[in-house]
Amino acid sequence: MSATTTGRLRQARRMVRLPAWGVAGRPPILAAAVCLLIVIAAIGGGAITPYVPDEADFTAILAPPAWSEGGSWQHLLGTDQLGRDMLSRLIAGARISLLTAVAAVVAGGTVGVALGLAAGYIGGIVEAVIMRVVDAFLALPFILMALAFVAALGTGVGNIVLVMVLTNWARYARLVRSEVVSIKQRDFVALAQVAGLRPAAIALRHILPNVMTSILVLAVLDVGRAIILESSLSFLGLGIQPPEVSWGLALAEGRTYMSVAWWLTVWPGLAIVMTVISFNALGDWLKAGFDPRGRL
Amino acid sequence: MSTDAAMPMVEAEGLTKAFLLPAKSLFGKPQTVSAVVDVSFRIPRGRTFGLVGESGSGKSTVAKMLLKLITPTAGELTVEGKRIFSQTPAEELAYRRKVQAVFQDPYGSLSPRMRADRIVTEPLRAHGVPAREAEARAPELLRRVGLPPEAARKYPHEFSGGQRQRLAIARALSVDPQLLVLDEPVSALDVSVRAQVLTLLREMQQRLNLTYLFVGHDLAVVHYLSDTVGVMYFGRLVELGAARLVLRQPAHPYTRRLVALASGDTPLGAVRLQGELPNPLSPPSGCLFRTRCPYADATCAAELPQMRQVGPEHSVACHHYEALAVGDKAETGPMLQDA
Amino acid sequence: MSGPAPLLAIRGLNVAFGPAERPVPAVADAELTLSPGEILGIAGESGSGKSTLCGAIMRTLPRSARVSGEVSFMGRDLLALEEREMAKLRGRTLSMVLQNPMTSLDPLYTIGNQVKEVLRERRRDGVALRPGGAVEVLRRVHLTAPEMRLGQYPHQLSGGMRQRVLIGMATAAAPRLLIADEPTTALDASIQDEILILFRELREAAGSAVIIVTHDLSAIRRLSDRAIIMYAGRIVEEGPTAEVFAAPSHPYTRALLDSLPRIEAEEVHLRAIPGQVPDLAQLPPGCAFAARCPVAQPVCRMHQPEESAVGERHRVFCWQAGAAA
Repeated sequence: MSATTTGRLRQARRMVRLPAWGVAGRPPILAAAVCLLIVIAAIGGGAITPYVPDEADFTAILAPPAWSEGGSWQHLLGTDQLGRDMLSRLIAGARISLLTAVAAVVAGGTVGVALGLAAGYIGGIVEAVIMRVVDAFLALPFILMALAFVAALGTGVGNIVLVMVLTNWARYARLVRSEVVSIKQRDFVALAQVAGLRPAAIALRHILPNVMTSILVLAVLDVGRAIILESSLSFLGLGIQPPEVSWGLALAEGRTYMSVAWWLTVWPGLAIVMTVISFNALGDWLKAGFDPRGRL
Repeated sequence: MSTDAAMPMVEAEGLTKAFLLPAKSLFGKPQTVSAVVDVSFRIPRGRTFGLVGESGSGKSTVAKMLLKLITPTAGELTVEGKRIFSQTPAEELAYRRKVQAVFQDPYGSLSPRMRADRIVTEPLRAHGVPAREAEARAPELLRRVGLPPEAARKYPHEFSGGQRQRLAIARALSVDPQLLVLDEPVSALDVSVRAQVLTLLREMQQRLNLTYLFVGHDLAVVHYLSDTVGVMYFGRLVELGAARLVLRQPAHPYTRRLVALASGDTPLGAVRLQGELPNPLSPPSGCLFRTRCPYADATCAAELPQMRQVGPEHSVACHHYEALAVGDKAETGPMLQDA
Repeated sequence: MSGPAPLLAIRGLNVAFGPAERPVPAVADAELTLSPGEILGIAGESGSGKSTLCGAIMRTLPRSARVSGEVSFMGRDLLALEEREMAKLRGRTLSMVLQNPMTSLDPLYTIGNQVKEVLRERRRDGVALRPGGAVEVLRRVHLTAPEMRLGQYPHQLSGGMRQRVLIGMATAAAPRLLIADEPTTALDASIQDEILILFRELREAAGSAVIIVTHDLSAIRRLSDRAIIMYAGRIVEEGPTAEVFAAPSHPYTRALLDSLPRIEAEEVHLRAIPGQVPDLAQLPPGCAFAARCPVAQPVCRMHQPEESAVGERHRVFCWQAGAAA
């Protein structure tokens, strides 16, 4: 029968009213906007901050946000205990937080996908060995590993990314391997073999693209998780060190003044929460959006 | 049994495939399931050999062996005089150009993220034809199977089931193969589309002098394209012969039942199959069909029947085929297995 | 129509999907009547609307479907019922068996568990059950070793056995009407007959009417009393099965029967229908089959064919009905 008829019927059946925050089909506009904002902040970094993020101004210590009593429009979100502008620190923090998170996800993802693909496609002893290593890594608690690592190698952006890659790659490997095992059974893979393709070509051209959707979804959700991890590390003093600023670090520094200056902790905290929720919403939308078409 | 003196295109001798199932417990033995046992047949060039059987009969396993997707546990498969399971990598690549396949599922056969023109030219590219040259051939390949040139830029989900099968056929024919393995190519299609694709397959065979192995469960569909037919039951061939003979004078009780059902006029309940399906892990002694055969008796339970010639181009594996042919056999069956 | 009051009477049923400005008419102007204990076969290919028709009767269509018309079952209009009332009918007086026995049973529970669950639900509603418990349910569908099956899991049963279990569950309360949507498609040829026989036995034992929806014409020919042929959302022919198959009036019916591989003497013949099923979203003004019809005339392309009687209780929608093929 005509393809368009089946397609039309299927499409028509799915046209139900959807909530605006984005479920199956409708993009989450709000979440996308927030993500876009964060990305702009990350790219702009120091260039778009109204003040230099770690420039102290002792004449304006602990100034509240502009709309509160005692605040001024000079510092929209207030200043911290050293007179540093909160808005600028937030924007600068966005850059560090997002960049470390993305780097960790990309690097961890690449390693994990490569190993998962190998395990799933080659099978046998290769699969067994890789999966046992995956199990081992998944069993290790993140904080302890981070502590050990930092104790051994010191802090710094590079080391933080490394720690996050080490704790992250295994999840990709496990997901990819199980998907590869099921895709391997499908007819078009057998037919590719019959056509004369070599195993590497089959893996790269047929199996990987079909696993890509799950990987992408996991990666987007992972960014949120990575931001929280980095924030936790920095909060504990194991991550970003001053004079650099990240949201977790700002949270830690503002902790002591929480009772007198709520804005020191609330802004970074809110930034973390909103970013993670937005990325998650995006990830959910991607998952729902990919599924029906991809499964045809 | 060959229709011409020339060397047959395909020759299968004693093909056997057993699968190992993992052991149930720590100390248990792994169990074997015999998917295919001692299957032999010949396919002359330019003809179609049809393999009929239900799910679990092993017919798809035979097809996969011919495609070198599965290695037999025993037996020999020869194509154009050469054994295919002792090939060098270069010979194997050449083999993969000679033999192509079309499978049952029009939805699973095509990579969902590839465009039609890339799908159709993939075998060409796999065999070293430069991408640009290959893609230039795409419109012609599509036209050959009745698809319009605009189809080249579409993705699989934009096609109907029948069109996807045409795409799969176009892909298979792109490297000018000589042998086509068709595993239930029309079973998943609508009734009228089935007819269209079968007609297309027949045309292609005549035009390009292709040899077909056609595997299916629908006797009428398989017979439409076949010159020779083999009937499989639980891994073994129970009847083998020229398609016309098998249709006109089926010798094996199982084949007779299939023919009666396929004739379409038999009222419901007139031809029943009682008894139970055998357990693949512990097949019954003697003839595998005895647990459902209305004519089974002690001989059938004791001894496995061998393939015997019934006519010049017809053989059957049944102890009572002579009696059955003259209608002289009592219904003493089925002989059920002990629990 | 003389005889007992019809069990099911459908008048002017229309089902459309998609936006109101560009509707996709999945079912158009469907009318049919079913007597108690009658077995009706609805034949059609993809896009014919046969499954949508069943969904409309059972009210299992998605909410985006726009359904209009009248579906009168035992005197009540099903389309006008509250969902609560409809739920009381479903599974009890009005039951359904779906296509894929592989996925219709929960793999985590034993067969006995699932059968007993169904029986418990029926008892709770005070619906009269057929005699016997779970074992009897399985025995009625000719499942061998029923006591043993109760303890087994779905994956331990073959497709045919699972289908039997589902039919047993669907008919535990002796429904007045059972709708079977492609009940034998996923099964082997030698098992199909055994399943079809179950429907006939259901009619004989409990007086249930059965609607079987399938593209397998031989199943319809062997099982049903009457046959309906659907094409592109419309009923094109309806009549006693023997008549429809022996002397089809509609060109589509004729072409469909010709496209089946049929064994004649020692050969197999078939003739394919040219062209494709039209896009439901872009149907021509006249008969949807006109583009592929060997006897189409200009009037066919312009005007929707009206009903004409071809015999007693045999009607066809074709301007050329009676013309030679």
